[in-house]
Amino acid sequence: MTEPTPIAPPRRASLATAPPTHLSAEMVSRARQLISLYPEPRSALIPLCHLAQEQDGWLTPEAMVDIAGLVGVTPSEVLGTASFYDMLHTEPVGRYVVAVCTNIACLLGGAAELLEHAEDSLGIGAGGTTADGSITLEEAECLADCDRAPCVQVNHRYVGAQTAESFDRLVADLRAGARDADIPPHGTLIRVRRANGLTVDADEVAEERRLAAQARAARDAAKADTDAGGA
Amino acid sequence: MAITDPPKIITARIAHDDSHTLERYLATGGYDGLRKALTLTPEAVAAEVDAASLLGRGGAGFPAGRKWSMLRKAPVTYLVVNGDESEPATFKDHLLVERDPHQLIEGVVIAAYALQVAQVFIFLRGEFALGLERVQAALNDAYAHGAVGRDIFGSGFSVDVVVHPGAGAYICGEETALLESLEGKRGWPRIKPPFFPAAIGLYGDPTVVNNVETMSNLPWIMLNGGAAFAALGGGRSTGTRLFALAGHVHNPGVYELEMVTTTFNDLINAPVLGGGIPHGRGLKAFIPGGVSAPWFGPDQIDLPLGQDEVAEAGSMLGSGSVVVMDDHTCAVRAAWRITKFFSRESCGQCTPCREGSGWLERIMERIERGQGREEDLDLLLDACDNISPGLSWPPQQTTICVLGPSIPSSISSAITMFRDEFLVHIKEGGCPYE
Repeated sequence: MTEPTPIAPPRRASLATAPPTHLSAEMVSRARQLISLYPEPRSALIPLCHLAQEQDGWLTPEAMVDIAGLVGVTPSEVLGTASFYDMLHTEPVGRYVVAVCTNIACLLGGAAELLEHAEDSLGIGAGGTTADGSITLEEAECLADCDRAPCVQVNHRYVGAQTAESFDRLVADLRAGARDADIPPHGTLIRVRRANGLTVDADEVAEERRLAAQARAARDAAKADTDAGGA
Repeated sequence: MAITDPPKIITARIAHDDSHTLERYLATGGYDGLRKALTLTPEAVAAEVDAASLLGRGGAGFPAGRKWSMLRKAPVTYLVVNGDESEPATFKDHLLVERDPHQLIEGVVIAAYALQVAQVFIFLRGEFALGLERVQAALNDAYAHGAVGRDIFGSGFSVDVVVHPGAGAYICGEETALLESLEGKRGWPRIKPPFFPAAIGLYGDPTVVNNVETMSNLPWIMLNGGAAFAALGGGRSTGTRLFALAGHVHNPGVYELEMVTTTFNDLINAPVLGGGIPHGRGLKAFIPGGVSAPWFGPDQIDLPLGQDEVAEAGSMLGSGSVVVMDDHTCAVRAAWRITKFFSRESCGQCTPCREGSGWLERIMERIERGQGREEDLDLLLDACDNISPGLSWPPQQTTICVLGPSIPSSISSAITMFRDEFLVHIKEGGCPYE
């Protein structure tokens, strides 16, 4: 009988040690800080996708390989997760993603008409990107700004209720770069910086949890004794 | 009087432009509730919240105190705050995270102390770009102030708080989907049992999941006592609650109102609140608690804003969002849009929800576009019945989570209340409102 072929070590283990090659040094350092905040590295997967979009404008295959290496999963797991979420773009999008909400409150406020106007004036359908690469138009679900209907967000910044006229002005301003102070390019975390790491010592927490579990077991045992005694 | 002089428990500060800063927070009693809590035992803090009988403000309305007491027997490992506000027409947490992030953080630390957890995650929907900035900045200040982190205010209690951004998925508001997402996976709800977060939550450890608004009430409850909170409202619906009013009203917005003593009529029509329906139009229907809720007609406008009162009338107060439709609204179009939403947001795990929502959306669309058939009404109800047998309220469940059973609400409401309107669409080959 021949010896069975040795099974190759799991691929994810080798990937976990692969150094990032696409994300910039600053992004990698921010990524490592984020990873350090969670008990499991994979929890940082979605925040890291936001960082990658901040760098590239969308979630590129190269960035996904880096993220996979950083959190210890396969690139396909990153894609499989990211493709579930509306905010993570696995294909290129324009510099500004303009989201028009057409859900119920906005619909009652004329959102369908606004979206139609946006499609006509930009010359693209919802989901499309203008030829100059500046604007991607999205038909969004509720963005939680329903008292200013129809609600529009640009790169996830609220710009308030829009009419057809104000929408055209907004687009002109965006193309002229006149709104870059309040509407930065991609990345929902672009202005989010955590000042400190975790302060509670992980070993200390583990020890506390062990003691608590012990105490609970003792209580349960005591209770079981009492119950048995009473029966 | 309840309408003109509502008690301000969680919106007291937001009139100030700098309501999100530590300076304003400290100048208006900020972190005093936490200081008081830290002088009590964790059990006493939990008992105070029990006494307030604070119902969870996320949508399900489960008493927060009871949620905690279920866990007091076993050590809780994590507290997770649900700030994935995405139920259509709900925008109260948006206000709280942008305008009073310290209040949220103080509430979170009080809850962490009561539950004796060492790590908290605040999950905010990714579309809250400004909210994420505000909460993180507030958290940095709170750490520096000694209100979060090691040895809080010299009490010996330590907890770390982490702000986690979502990435755009309605389903992540469902607590087990939220935990999956927080673990870096698709937001696929877990089957319950066994995956009740209290037993098997984040990373498989016992976890409490509470809503942003629920947490934001805790500083006031600690300072003023659970009894003072319970003295407001009526029945099981104690305290005040944020109501997000949208649709056809003069003054859409978020209003903090005492529960039960205020009615839908007050909220929609009182000059200091909704201000009535514009253009002199009448009320056609309103949705009392998010698009998962069955609709109400004008005859139910005098119902009080109370959880049990609305449930008894056959709907739910849910997420506290009220959508008003005037008498020029096309019921078919409104129900179609809500169905399209569920179809887009179904996570795809369960067949009745994944397939059913798509079928329903396509049938609704063809009726609205004038290509419907008379038998479509029965077909719609039959498909709804396959998702939630009997179309009862509260709905029967055939799926892992409650998204599926929520789909039929708007369709069956629209057909029940406005059957003639569907028939006009079908017979005249188009929408009479266009």
